[in-house]
Amino acid sequence: MKLKSILILFIILLAFWIILNNSVSPLILLTGAVISLAIAIGFCKTCDVFNDLRLTPRSFLYTFLYLWVFLIELVKSNFDIAFRVLSPSLPINPGIITAKTTLKSKMGRLILANSITLTPGTFTVDIIDDKLFIHCVNMKEEEQEEFGNHIVRKFEKYLEVIYG
Amino acid sequence: MEALQIAGALLTLLGSLFILFAAIGLLRMPDVYNRIQAGTKASTLGSILTLLGIGLCHPEWLLKIGLLILFVIISNPVSSHVLGRAAHFAGIPLSKRTHIDTLKEYRDKELTAKEEQQ
Repeated sequence: MKLKSILILFIILLAFWIILNNSVSPLILLTGAVISLAIAIGFCKTCDVFNDLRLTPRSFLYTFLYLWVFLIELVKSNFDIAFRVLSPSLPINPGIITAKTTLKSKMGRLILANSITLTPGTFTVDIIDDKLFIHCVNMKEEEQEEFGNHIVRKFEKYLEVIYG
Repeated sequence: MEALQIAGALLTLLGSLFILFAAIGLLRMPDVYNRIQAGTKASTLGSILTLLGIGLCHPEWLLKIGLLILFVIISNPVSSHVLGRAAHFAGIPLSKRTHIDTLKEYRDKELTAKEEQQ
């Protein structure tokens, strides 16, 4: 399993190196490959962040779907907040609610929490075990459980396939 | 070329507009947590649009600008989450308009459970 982490880190580092250098001449490629491999092996002796990542065609497809959903949510959340900030009465009903996630992997939970932070009027204050504590700008007191599930489910169904 | 420059300038303008909204939000929101909300969200899209606008004006920079956008997307929510968590730990009160605080309830419950054990 360690080999997988090393390989993924190596590919990411090499891609960064090529983009930053803006060229694929053999010398630059070789230097980058050697340094990336050294860093990947050095850092991934104990790391297990990429272990849960599934490398199947379905997971690649869901990564793109997830990015698409995420970008739409990002734009929507910005318009939502801009509207709330600009309206004279400041229409907010803030509160911290709890939502449960079914994701098991640490990386998946991290990405879920970060995505929630960027969706309309919600941000993750804390994660304790499988409970996410989400601060909402606009919440309804009666249906907070449903609301929390709705926020989490939106991203969870994609991350489930990618990370499990 | 000219059209690209204009599109880039418009995108940059739109981005700065979102950053302006973020600044207004910082002033108008009642407490730390709501300010974090206004701050992170508007500034994330604001910086992405501004960077994209610069990228359209200088197409040879586009790949590097893509990297910058990636870093903004990764680091922005993390920093806002850490700020919010630290604020909650430090006991900074939520505004009076807040309806519910399940995190505080949860912490209090754990605290009493610990005391009972001792």
